[in-house]
Amino acid sequence: MIMDYILRAENVMKDYSGHKALDNVSLSVPKGSIYGLLGPNGAGKTSFIRILNQITAPDGGSIELLGEPLNKKHIRNIGYLPEERGLYKKMKVGEQAMYLTQLKGLSRVDAAKRLKYWFEKFGIESWWNKKVEELSKGMAQKVQFITTVLHEPELLIFDEPFSGFDPINANLLKNEILELRNKGATVIFSTHNMSSVEEICDDIALINNSKIVVEGNIDTIRKRYAPDIYEIIFDGEFTNPDLAMTSDYEILETTPMNGETSIRLKRLNSNFSANELIKFLLPKGELKSFRQIIPSMNTVFISLVEENDKPINNQNHG
Amino acid sequence: MGRTSIIIRREYLSRVKKKTFIIMTILGPILFGALMIVPIWLAQIKDTQDKTIAILDDSFLFVDQFEDSEYLKYEYLESMDVDAALELMKQNDYYAVLYIPNNIISTGHSSAMMYSYKQPGLAVQMEMLNHMEKYITDAKLQIKGEELGVEKEALRNVIKAVETNVDIKTRIINDDGEQKSTSTEIAMIIGYLAGFLIYMFVFMYGSQVMRGVIEEKSNRIVEIIVSSVQPFKLMMGKIIGIALVGLTQFVLWIILTFGIVTAAQFILLDDIKGFQQSPQMEQLVSSNAQIGNNPIQDEFSGKIEEALNALSSINFPLLIGAFLFYFLFGYLLYAGMFAAVGAAVDNEADTQQFMLPISLPLVLGLIVMFSVINSPESSLAWWFSIIPFTSPIVMMVRIPFGVPVIDLVLSFSVLILSFIFMVWLSGKIYRIGILMYGKKVSYKELWKWIRYKN
Repeated sequence: MIMDYILRAENVMKDYSGHKALDNVSLSVPKGSIYGLLGPNGAGKTSFIRILNQITAPDGGSIELLGEPLNKKHIRNIGYLPEERGLYKKMKVGEQAMYLTQLKGLSRVDAAKRLKYWFEKFGIESWWNKKVEELSKGMAQKVQFITTVLHEPELLIFDEPFSGFDPINANLLKNEILELRNKGATVIFSTHNMSSVEEICDDIALINNSKIVVEGNIDTIRKRYAPDIYEIIFDGEFTNPDLAMTSDYEILETTPMNGETSIRLKRLNSNFSANELIKFLLPKGELKSFRQIIPSMNTVFISLVEENDKPINNQNHG
Repeated sequence: MGRTSIIIRREYLSRVKKKTFIIMTILGPILFGALMIVPIWLAQIKDTQDKTIAILDDSFLFVDQFEDSEYLKYEYLESMDVDAALELMKQNDYYAVLYIPNNIISTGHSSAMMYSYKQPGLAVQMEMLNHMEKYITDAKLQIKGEELGVEKEALRNVIKAVETNVDIKTRIINDDGEQKSTSTEIAMIIGYLAGFLIYMFVFMYGSQVMRGVIEEKSNRIVEIIVSSVQPFKLMMGKIIGIALVGLTQFVLWIILTFGIVTAAQFILLDDIKGFQQSPQMEQLVSSNAQIGNNPIQDEFSGKIEEALNALSSINFPLLIGAFLFYFLFGYLLYAGMFAAVGAAVDNEADTQQFMLPISLPLVLGLIVMFSVINSPESSLAWWFSIIPFTSPIVMMVRIPFGVPVIDLVLSFSVLILSFIFMVWLSGKIYRIGILMYGKKVSYKELWKWIRYKN
């Protein structure tokens, strides 16, 4: 399958005098996707994002954006909302938005025109001459969001976007992110909050201890890490002896409920396919449901991180 | 360059538009002006309160010799002891009691005693001293004259004839053999002013750079900005923007101070005006000579004439050029360091530990300046006017005394090179520091940052 990638990073290295922040990080972000950069705090997400924004330079490896090696011209193509974000308190909202947009390379006229559009869209025209210190946190977040997307960048990077947002703004932000994606933008966002990931991400990379642990399409990953557990529901009361034990699977738990019985099985023999299992189960009773349990991203995340941390004993957490 | 100029613009405008800037710009010259005018103005105000001073004269030399002046009245007391006189002072509400002992004339250094409830003002003391010195001298002349069999007036003339007053005028001879009158005092004053102004400028605007960096860091806006602009450009934009604010304020101060002082002179102090315009001054000198009763003012006018001559001997284009150079590059050298300190901390309270390497050389420069004013040719003066951290202050003190071109070129080049080096070094600290939160940073940590590659 030929994929069109907006960003390709290969073997990116970053070293802070002895401490490896990024160790051979390679990942590819498909154009038009919402890409989640996941990992615990200190895993290296922000280090990687800062390299993408050319705030710091990598010590090794290569990065390609829009088919070209990363360079200063790309500043125009990226919109970045950092985890640590704020505004000049004493500056007026409009002036400040103009300033930040001009720094991205927009002319005054363009900046003013587009700001007007967004301020109207969010219904905040009356804030233009207010000082930032007069705004509430949620209001300031809206202004920050506008200045991030105003220059219509191809790539949007949000670092922990939902931290500090109130639920209403978080929802607004989510919808705006989806809308921007639908208009053709690619979105990378980093988070350690898994629940947000499943809802909106197409692809993810999981970073732990400066290394990529897993990367790819979110559904593929979840299936890959599905721990071979199936849930079967039979009509009527069932007890364990009714299912003759074989060495191919084991019963984890049996739960009777409302005249039905839910049974969780763990497959032990990988050669024993799901079809064979169903065939084996059919004569046992009235089968109402059969499904594989796909773990939530949170479960995958935790199990991968724990597994990953074992050999190095958790000591290199930076 | 485009983005840097956007930053310079913001840094400049946001400060120049601030109320505090406008207030300081207007208030500064008023304060400067007041500093110059108020003492002169105050000196003209006389104490207009009526005072009565009781005189207890054991020597009987001064009976009826103190003449009442406009506000000072004298009363002679009968012979009594001091305690009784003090009792009288209480009853009669005298301002003071002056006790003149009977040996006042026999000793070379004579002293009388004045008793009062409040420390008496200098004007009162001066007036009485004048009276007493005049009459004691007179009395002594009378006695000596009688001893020598000479007229009192003849004796007075002899004394006047041998009275000596020496002062050294200086003339500088240049390579062409041309001579110029100079004045060490004027050179000192100019050097001192220039050095002190640079010191103030570096501190005032350097700490503005630091506060600006801390503000951006604590506002958490800095990462948004450095995703569009390289950290070094942001730092330089801020440094240059604030330098322009400083220059603007400085130029406005000079213009306004000049304006205020000139206006005040015309309005308030018509009589002082004469001293500053030479035709009128000459007239004043000659009129004083005719009157001949005001030697102090006479001398004063002469001094001013000398000073004007000496001023014209100073190489002003060089002085002003050098001043602007040191003013700017001295600030630039330190501004980078201030920016680095701002980047290394989370709030202003934490800056203390890093301020020492900045304030120490600056204060040292100021201390050395005082010594250099006295001996501008010393090797101390030479070294400190080459070392970039002190040269902006110390060299400005040397320049009015004359500095070899080679020294100037050396000092300029060392300063420019150090500025480039310091800004590069500070940039490295700044770049890392602005994105570092909640960490108590040590010097060791700073050294680590400097060694980071990119």
